[in-house]
Amino acid sequence: MSERKTAILVLEDGTQFKGFSFGADRSVSGEVVFNTAMMGYPESLTDPSYSGQILVLTYPLVGNYGVPPTETDPETGLPRFFESDRIHIKALVVADYSFEHSHWNAVRSLGEWLSEHGVPAIYGVDTRQITKIIREKGVMLGKVAVEGCPAPEAFTDPNKENLVAAVSCTEPQSYGRGKYRIVLVDCGCKYNIIRCLLRRDTTVVRVPWDYDFSTLDYDGVMLSNGPGDPQMCAVTVENIKKAMAKGKPVFGICLGNQLLSIAAGATTYKLKYGHRGHNQPALMVGTDTAVITSQNHGFAVDTRSLNEEWEPLFVNLNDNTSEGIRHRSKPFFSVQFHPEATSGPVDSEFLFDRFMAQVAEYAK
Amino acid sequence: MDKNIKKVILLGSGALKIGEAGEFDYSGSQALKALKEEGVYTVLINPNIATIQTSENIADRVYFLPVTPEYVEQVIEREKPDGILLAFGGQTALNCGVQLYKNGTLEKYGVQVLGTPVQAIIDTEDREKFVEKLDEIDVKTIKSEAVTSVSEAKRVAAQLGYPIIIRAAYTLGGLGSGFCDNEAELETLASKAFTYSPQILVEKSLKGWKEVEYEVVRDRYDNCITVCNMENFDPLGIHTGESIVVAPSQTLTNAEYHKLRQLAIKIIRHVGIVGECNVQYALDPNSEDYRVIEVNARLSRSSALASKATGYPLAFVAAKLGLGYGLHELKNSVTKSTTACFEPALDYIVCKIPRWDLGKFKGVSRELGSSMKSVGEVMAIGRNFEEAIQKGLRMIGQGMHGFVANKELAVEDIDGALSHPTDKRIFIIANALKGGYSVDRIHELTKIDKWFLYKLRNIIDIEHKLETFSQVEQVPDSLMLEAKQRGFSDFQIARMVLHPAPARMEECIKQVREYRKSRGITPYIKQIDTLAAEYPAQTNYLYVTYNATEHDIDFPQDGKSVIVLGSGAYRIGSSVEFDWCSVNAANTIRQNGYRSIMINYNPETVSTDYDTCDRLYFDELTLERVLDITDLEVPMGVVVSTGGQIPNNLAMRLQQEHVPILGTSAEDIDRAEDRHKFSSMCDELGIDQPRWRELTTMDDIYKFVDEVGFPVLIRPSYVLSGAAMNVVSNRGELEHFLTLATSVSKQHPVVVTEFIENAKEIEIDAVAKDGEVLIYAISEHVEFAGVHSGDATMVFPPQKMYVETMRRIKKISRQVAQGLHISGPFNMQVMAKNNEIKVIECNLRASRSFPFVSKVLKVNFIEIATQVMLGLPVEIPHKSAFELDYVGIKAPQFSFSRLQKTDPVLGVEMSSTGEVGCIGDDFHEAILKAMVSVGYAIPKKNVLLSTGDSRSKADMISAAQALQAKGYKLYATKGTADFLFHNGVSAEVLHWPDSDMKPNTLDYIKEKKIDLVINIPKNLSETELNNDYTIRRSAIDFNIPLITNARLAAAFIHAFCRLDKQDIKIKSWNEY
Repeated sequence: MSERKTAILVLEDGTQFKGFSFGADRSVSGEVVFNTAMMGYPESLTDPSYSGQILVLTYPLVGNYGVPPTETDPETGLPRFFESDRIHIKALVVADYSFEHSHWNAVRSLGEWLSEHGVPAIYGVDTRQITKIIREKGVMLGKVAVEGCPAPEAFTDPNKENLVAAVSCTEPQSYGRGKYRIVLVDCGCKYNIIRCLLRRDTTVVRVPWDYDFSTLDYDGVMLSNGPGDPQMCAVTVENIKKAMAKGKPVFGICLGNQLLSIAAGATTYKLKYGHRGHNQPALMVGTDTAVITSQNHGFAVDTRSLNEEWEPLFVNLNDNTSEGIRHRSKPFFSVQFHPEATSGPVDSEFLFDRFMAQVAEYAK
Repeated sequence: MDKNIKKVILLGSGALKIGEAGEFDYSGSQALKALKEEGVYTVLINPNIATIQTSENIADRVYFLPVTPEYVEQVIEREKPDGILLAFGGQTALNCGVQLYKNGTLEKYGVQVLGTPVQAIIDTEDREKFVEKLDEIDVKTIKSEAVTSVSEAKRVAAQLGYPIIIRAAYTLGGLGSGFCDNEAELETLASKAFTYSPQILVEKSLKGWKEVEYEVVRDRYDNCITVCNMENFDPLGIHTGESIVVAPSQTLTNAEYHKLRQLAIKIIRHVGIVGECNVQYALDPNSEDYRVIEVNARLSRSSALASKATGYPLAFVAAKLGLGYGLHELKNSVTKSTTACFEPALDYIVCKIPRWDLGKFKGVSRELGSSMKSVGEVMAIGRNFEEAIQKGLRMIGQGMHGFVANKELAVEDIDGALSHPTDKRIFIIANALKGGYSVDRIHELTKIDKWFLYKLRNIIDIEHKLETFSQVEQVPDSLMLEAKQRGFSDFQIARMVLHPAPARMEECIKQVREYRKSRGITPYIKQIDTLAAEYPAQTNYLYVTYNATEHDIDFPQDGKSVIVLGSGAYRIGSSVEFDWCSVNAANTIRQNGYRSIMINYNPETVSTDYDTCDRLYFDELTLERVLDITDLEVPMGVVVSTGGQIPNNLAMRLQQEHVPILGTSAEDIDRAEDRHKFSSMCDELGIDQPRWRELTTMDDIYKFVDEVGFPVLIRPSYVLSGAAMNVVSNRGELEHFLTLATSVSKQHPVVVTEFIENAKEIEIDAVAKDGEVLIYAISEHVEFAGVHSGDATMVFPPQKMYVETMRRIKKISRQVAQGLHISGPFNMQVMAKNNEIKVIECNLRASRSFPFVSKVLKVNFIEIATQVMLGLPVEIPHKSAFELDYVGIKAPQFSFSRLQKTDPVLGVEMSSTGEVGCIGDDFHEAILKAMVSVGYAIPKKNVLLSTGDSRSKADMISAAQALQAKGYKLYATKGTADFLFHNGVSAEVLHWPDSDMKPNTLDYIKEKKIDLVINIPKNLSETELNNDYTIRRSAIDFNIPLITNARLAAAFIHAFCRLDKQDIKIKSWNEY
């Protein structure tokens, strides 16, 4: 074990947790959230939805299998093992870090990777205690201060920034040469959404979050996941409204679900501490079908605010929050969870098939 | 749910055996609870009388009968149930259920199989069908070919290329399977496998691949969840029951984890399981390639472990799904608010370690392989791997203190010991790391994933750091904390820093404890809540860790809590019976308005079900850990007398630390435990004991033996090899044993006891209050003294005992109870010969036979004992064994077939792994039920007798006559045949195995021409004739019932000769 440099996590309520640093020599501020997944850190850390957040992993043993290579898959043009081109979290907080990793596909340690990306990380703190504080008091701001690096003075609230604008692509970009043209509105899109679409005979046109895609010729619209408060994306909502008028299939995921809901006239609210993990059960409303889903969101749709043209599609079995909506007659639906998984269970990937079936239907 | 299901039969798993242990008591109890909650009338068939599930108020009706198609059909006929559950009683219940389905019984009586359909079971059990089934959905299995002859096996093996593995179909825990590196090995193993099954499978070995398991649940709406995955520390090649296992998996990426998870769901859907199943995978350590090893369409040892590892009650949920519920219609029983349709998120790691008892068996190979030999397991919980594994290595209770700081293990060939794993391999790894082996080198030799090895090296690194100090006060706080966080005990720290002599150890441990407490280095209590603290949970499922800065719970410290110390890992001599005692103590505590707190770490038990107590600490039963907990809980008292020897041994030291011990005082417990103190008390009271001495020189031993005469019982305090105790009959044997197997010196004294032959052995189980016996039960052994009481067949109430003997025993019990001021349970073993009574042993705790006598007498001894310990007024039931108009028999279950090469002979060391207890209207009926329950079949035609010395031969005459009269065909070895002939019984002579002459015993056994083998060893010494061993071992290997005790053999023979099938009454417990 190397020389141990201390690091401190300070929560907005004043609680402090003293641990040791295993990431970049930097101090940061952000919103502290916890994720209950037991594996999948290379995927989670590169998920743009975590932008601005200090991520606490409740699973204590982290770094075990190192970090995979950054190689690109020639078929998709995307990195094989990551969900975006960089680490999006502000800082990582874990209980026990494995300085030594072991995996055939690892090329470096988690600590090295975080350092390269300038992301600080702490181990040796009681992550269960932190989780309970967040659970009781709700998500709060926090700072990570690494020994020798001056801590930021103020707590900064990332939700006040337009995080989507920060993580979205700036130019439209096209992937694949499939039969159906899908516009992917990139609000901070995970690459696996693109991969899932490309596996289904599509050409994906990824456009920036504020891009007016109504001018494009397409067979369907995919609204991606992304970070922060959905109310920041008024432009996107306007574009979605135009798309709905056009009537071609629309499928939203996570932030995409919230944006579609807002476009449909519903309201959103901030959850006390969000849903972040791999074990969230969602029941398909009106059926006995339940799926285990991967989730990462802090805001939710208030289903009561939906008008009669819309109906709930999925509901969370634990706390009855909305997990998705659909239009009663038109091919628009969205889910709060991540059917593209990565990381997490792939049980709901069939939703891409449903979407593509609608796309095929409307393309006729 | 299906409202037409009003009455359900649940099949239990019978006696505990290797591969099928207490986990099925837990599964069955959970299932019964789930059914009861739905108002379903439950009928349980299980002859294992020591289980919780066969206690009052669990099932509505209990039958202590064999779980065989013949008996189950009769119960079905009588009870007319609507449904049957097959998945909760291990392979025993599953096999029985498949037979009942195949022979049309279930259809005949219109009994619906609840949960997984039988066809799905058959599809997963038959390897060929299984592979076909998975081929249909493009899931990769280990390609194997089913063969029916050794030559075919050789042909297939040549095609696949060695190494290969062979497996016998339809067997328990890998019975009859193993690895073969070449044709010669194949030939031996294959011929043996064919004795278990007509079909064996030859497949390519994937030794060295990772082994990963998933526990999967599916409901009738096709909703699926995987409750837990587990990764074996030991890679493929070692049976999963023999492997150290962690949960969740540690070295799998998201892609690997979810690939295997998704496959598991695909499989469970395709096979059509409703309820729970387990999928085992081999995963290539160098790619994402995988193979499915097997699917178990039932609750298993792994599912019990998964339930305890996650807090998700798999058996309970599976039973509800069997009744027709959907997962989403059930609640998470930990949070009580969220749904059961979710996958637990752990925020800790658990580590399961098997417990072996190979030292108890003569001649067994210690090498681990593809068949299971362990007799129990432990589960340790920590917030890092080092903490969990060090806890676990202490929990297995074989004198180890963790990964390091153990007694030096002398290993000559470390490389060999690493690549040929035995039960000691983990400690060989410690030796290797200390000896400078690199992680890479150890990985090369063991194929254990480097991640685990790096973590183990961390422990060694801390050990080195600690060793640089020689005073506890010099150890910096940061290092002390780090050591505690990585699972070091105070003992380990004391040994590494202070290097004390054994006599000063306790004092030094205390010094470490006091010092670290003064520095504020103390552990914290965390909850297991299934959701990693995401939702508030009222969970009482707890563990202790140093990797924390806050307790999850409050400690009322109001003097209203009582701690019960559990019994630890199941092992030979301590198993489910102590779990029954612990659970009953906890129940009684609760019923009387106190809060019950359980400490135990055995995942196969009911006592570690968080429903059974107010608080469950799933943690160590070391002095250090118990004190950590009593410091926080400040209980009214601690119960040390219901969990067997582990808590009993803690009594004195707990008392020294001012922890209140409930019931009999620690000093008095010590007076019973300490041989010298107990003897002098007996002398004072005028109670006779077999003469004994503790001696340190050979001369003294000879002198003593001259005085008492042979045979004598030798109990060395230091054992080099083999069993610790032995009976020797002459000077030659004495010398042989004392020089070869042990050493005698001032440091290692030997206890020599006179051994009385042909004496009756009698047990007294009793409860006393302030030295007054409140209630007692006297049972007698069928076998003469000399067979360990755990291996003996026990009869209660006694059927062949002099009233005078009984009277004297009662008197002695009263004297001992008074002399030791007993308040609580106790057990005494005595010998009787011609009405002379000698006390062998007295334990001031509950014994193995407490559940048996409690259930036969229908008076709960533990409930009374607990009331006594709580200081409550006790109502003494006016019930006497004399009034019983039925007989209970407790019979041992052996697992010799799993322990290759072991001599299946009984002696002074216990070797049975479990037991059953059956009730009959008379002795014959009870013994017949009991013998059938532990796997004996009534012979059809041919019985082979070789009956040892003249005394045994004489014992057997009337039995042989009965066999002849009943029309059995008798075969015998020469001497026995002659003896029988002189007594009017004709038997055909079979020649000894080492003779070339035909007909030969060995051929007859191999060709299965014999239905029952009676082989009585000539004497109790080590120097057994090779021939006798061969007969006994072959009987086991070829699956022919074997009895090695003349008195038991005679009792069994008389019973089946006298009774016909219709004489066996199918009566439930409450009908007696």
